[in-house]
Amino acid sequence: MTAPVHGSASFWRTYVFSQDHKVVGIQYAVTGLLFLLLGFTLMMIMRWQLAYPLRPIPIIGGWLGSANAPGGIMLPEFYNQLGAMHGTIMVFLGVVPLAVGGFGNFVMPLQIGASDMAFPKMNMASYWVYLCGGLIMVASFFVTGGAAQSGWTSYPPLAVIAPGQTLWLIGMVLLITSSLLGSINTIVTVVQLRAPGLTWMRLPFFVWAQFVTAFLLLLAFPPLEAAGALQLMDRLAGTSFFMPSGLVVTGQPLPISGGGNPLLWQHLFWFLAHPEVYVLILPAMGIVAEVIANNTRKPLWGYRALVYAVGFLGFMSMTVWAHHMYMTGMGTTMSTFFQITTMVISIPSVVILTVLMLSLWGGSIRFTTPMLFALAFLPMFGLGGLTGLPLGLAPTDIPLHDTYYVIGHFHYVVAPGTIFALFAGIYYWFPKATGRMMHEGLGRIHFWGSLICMNIVFMPMFIQGLGGMNRRLYDGGLQYAHNAPLLKWHVVIAMAAWTLGLFQLPFIANFFGSLKWGTPVDRNPWHATTLEWLAPSPPGHGNFQTIPTAYRGPYEYSVPGAATDFTPQFEPDAQ
Amino acid sequence: MEIPYTVEARPDTGWTNGKLAMWLFLASEVMLFGALFSSYVILRAGATDWPRESLNVGAASVNTLLLLASSLMISKARAAATGGDWPSHRRWLWTTVVLGFVFLGIKSFEYSEHLAHGEYPSNSTFLAVYFTLTGFHALHIVGGLLVMLYLLGPGARLYTRNPRHFVNRVECTALYWHFVDVIWLCLFTLLYLV
Repeated sequence: MTAPVHGSASFWRTYVFSQDHKVVGIQYAVTGLLFLLLGFTLMMIMRWQLAYPLRPIPIIGGWLGSANAPGGIMLPEFYNQLGAMHGTIMVFLGVVPLAVGGFGNFVMPLQIGASDMAFPKMNMASYWVYLCGGLIMVASFFVTGGAAQSGWTSYPPLAVIAPGQTLWLIGMVLLITSSLLGSINTIVTVVQLRAPGLTWMRLPFFVWAQFVTAFLLLLAFPPLEAAGALQLMDRLAGTSFFMPSGLVVTGQPLPISGGGNPLLWQHLFWFLAHPEVYVLILPAMGIVAEVIANNTRKPLWGYRALVYAVGFLGFMSMTVWAHHMYMTGMGTTMSTFFQITTMVISIPSVVILTVLMLSLWGGSIRFTTPMLFALAFLPMFGLGGLTGLPLGLAPTDIPLHDTYYVIGHFHYVVAPGTIFALFAGIYYWFPKATGRMMHEGLGRIHFWGSLICMNIVFMPMFIQGLGGMNRRLYDGGLQYAHNAPLLKWHVVIAMAAWTLGLFQLPFIANFFGSLKWGTPVDRNPWHATTLEWLAPSPPGHGNFQTIPTAYRGPYEYSVPGAATDFTPQFEPDAQ
Repeated sequence: MEIPYTVEARPDTGWTNGKLAMWLFLASEVMLFGALFSSYVILRAGATDWPRESLNVGAASVNTLLLLASSLMISKARAAATGGDWPSHRRWLWTTVVLGFVFLGIKSFEYSEHLAHGEYPSNSTFLAVYFTLTGFHALHIVGGLLVMLYLLGPGARLYTRNPRHFVNRVECTALYWHFVDVIWLCLFTLLYLV
């Protein structure tokens, strides 16, 4: 299958400063994967410190510099930098760019039968602004005082006093700008560029998920931009937006006017960061829906329920933010409100998960690598969701909040949840993007190794957390007697985390190797029904030879009486 | 490759891409300024005492009138462009730009007055709010002016090639400019008058 020829653009225009949504999407995806690897590497270094506190880090200890790890022994300040940057990189530079910038950009326009995004130049700009923001974040490790060290949440007053935060804030403003450009582009593209016949209820669920996600990014990020600007003022102009009166730091009263409110930051931050959780999870659910429908060879059970649930979820996600703040003693009226909304929002989440699970019933399931990842997503995300319920209620949240229980909970949602779905998406759409399949055997090694290791990493955190071990301790809780029986789990987790790292090697080899040696494929290797499989693999600039028409819903698999077990959206009705 | 609906509206949605994008952008701007105004309200409502330096209400009143007038001017410019009256369009749009620059001039005069009296953002939460919020607004004015200068300069060529497309751009700019105007009315009320 040859791609249509579209003039002879220069190398730079075609591969670097490209306005083609597919190239931008691949740029986003590859950059996001690299940042995921970086964020994971930071964590593998931290895990040594937790497992073997105050012992020199082997091999790489000497590379970290005497300001960070004199004699290879990690300083608390450096541990805090790694922690803050691990969270920031994973969320803002890894998962979201891959899920929204990568998959959203590459797949969504193809699935709606469009020739590109609505604003190709803006699309390119959003990638380059994101890259600048990311590089500024990483560069902060190399300036005096190091990177941000107040957690990815950057709570003041600590964040205003601690070094390293300024570059974090500047980087964040760039990332917010990038996501603003991207989200406007996504919404306009879905509303305006749907192919003829592609009505709203014929959209693949993945497109719906991206659409709702874009609204979350559009409306929830600006308050963090405002908050970031205020914190920047606190740091650079000496204002006191988030600084209360009477602060004393190392015995010296701070020379500030005071009168500010640290809780204000928390509200503004979580007003973004809770919807951000759904920004992480909705595209993942979209990918899983596509992969499950394709590999069960039957329509999704309850497509409409999925669509309504995702819309309701998007709306509700704006109303639950303060359930991250029960520890602040916000009072019973406020906390009652947020407990109720939190319980309410679990309903559409459960609806989506139930729909996906029931869709398996009675299907003739093909256990391909993308399907394995999608299937694992269901129980893993389910575990993450269920362990979240006690955190949504103030009485159980307060004792658990500052423990490893919380770490276990949200990592189940994001790591074996979202990241597994993203892997499913990579294996599923790789042939569309490159024209070649990824290797199944390597994919299986990657899958089973990751599944087992992830569970050995995150399951013990529930035990540690329920045992009362606090999070964010640079020595892993060594100094507290009650942690003594729990410390051994740090060693188990560290071993599993490093093994997990090793199990990513088959993926990396597969990813690059398949570019060269993968089995070449035609347009529709998975025998799928949505519009992206009409385009050549890989599609040329402009995607389709002619703009397609959609004749039916997105998941017409195993239609009784049809010649094949899939009836694509682009296939005209038999007369 | 042509992107459809950049010039003509899509029949079933009634939007052009640009206009929908502008409304979405304004929605995000509402959230941005909403967060800033809410911060101000929360800080002020929660303060035990609220030392408040005096602001130049006279200058700000003049600025309010200037911005209201500029909103009227850009509406005229849009109407003239829609009606094909190119010289009037240029005249009205230039007037809008001049009014915007006079606004910025008066604003910087106000800032320099405060700084000359030793009134810095770090002095009190009120001054911090005043400088930050009006600063955010002034940046939005600068952004609007840059776009208008583009439409008066290199961007004006589009009118000969595709007048409809050009008019759409003026319309989106006008939407934005009205929004910035409304934000100023809120700022004027909440900072200078209350």
